[in-house]
Amino acid sequence: MARAIIQVPARAKRGDILELRALIGHVMETGFRRTESGALVPRDIIRQLVCTYNGIEVFRADFHPAIAANPLISFTTVATESGKMEFRWTGDNDFSATESAPITVE
Amino acid sequence: MITRREFVVLACATASCAAPGALHATPAAVDEAIRAITGGTPARRGRVKLDAPALIENGNSVVLGVSVESPMTQADHVKAIHVFAPMNPLPNMVSVYLGPRSGRAQFSTRVRVADTQTLVALAQMSDGSFWSDQVSVVVTIAACLEELK
Repeated sequence: MARAIIQVPARAKRGDILELRALIGHVMETGFRRTESGALVPRDIIRQLVCTYNGIEVFRADFHPAIAANPLISFTTVATESGKMEFRWTGDNDFSATESAPITVE
Repeated sequence: MITRREFVVLACATASCAAPGALHATPAAVDEAIRAITGGTPARRGRVKLDAPALIENGNSVVLGVSVESPMTQADHVKAIHVFAPMNPLPNMVSVYLGPRSGRAQFSTRVRVADTQTLVALAQMSDGSFWSDQVSVVVTIAACLEELK
């Protein structure tokens, strides 16, 4: 299980625009590098990050090999109701990781 | 008998040939990738702001941000933002999908930049229009193609 760190404000006012950040440990092997013997290193990347807010998708990102190792992405969402913010990463070699954080909206 | 100097020159030449130097997308590949998204609708310049450092010391991790001017309402919002790199091995860098619940049309991430080139950001609006921005970057240490030790 990869180590993932997400940043979600614990409390917010309804209508606030929240800045969310998601970082996950992953090599993001491009599939274009070669070893010293000339063998191609197979691609191993995270393909997608989906962020759901109480089960509703609010943000999705498609990653390509151009994303640096240990992908960090920051984006915004509007605080609508208290509940759970869930981040789900999926990728090559059946990679899958989830991380969630509660949020209280007043 | 090969002199040391000749050997060095030869080794460099061989290395640059052996290195997959031709292994990159082309501006045409980017145009094609953009056309696949826009379906031929011309993308206008403006509204989009692509933020990337003009001088990149190490292409392996470059902070890249995109913001788009949009009220982000149900009637008028940014549906998606795509970023392209013509000189990377693949033209697509990242695509993000937004909606009225995003609040602001912006994101930032860290990318790999293989070579000195002009990065392109494309925003897809809810009204079907497309807007773009370009930033030229100079790279001193390239990403993606280095050999594993």
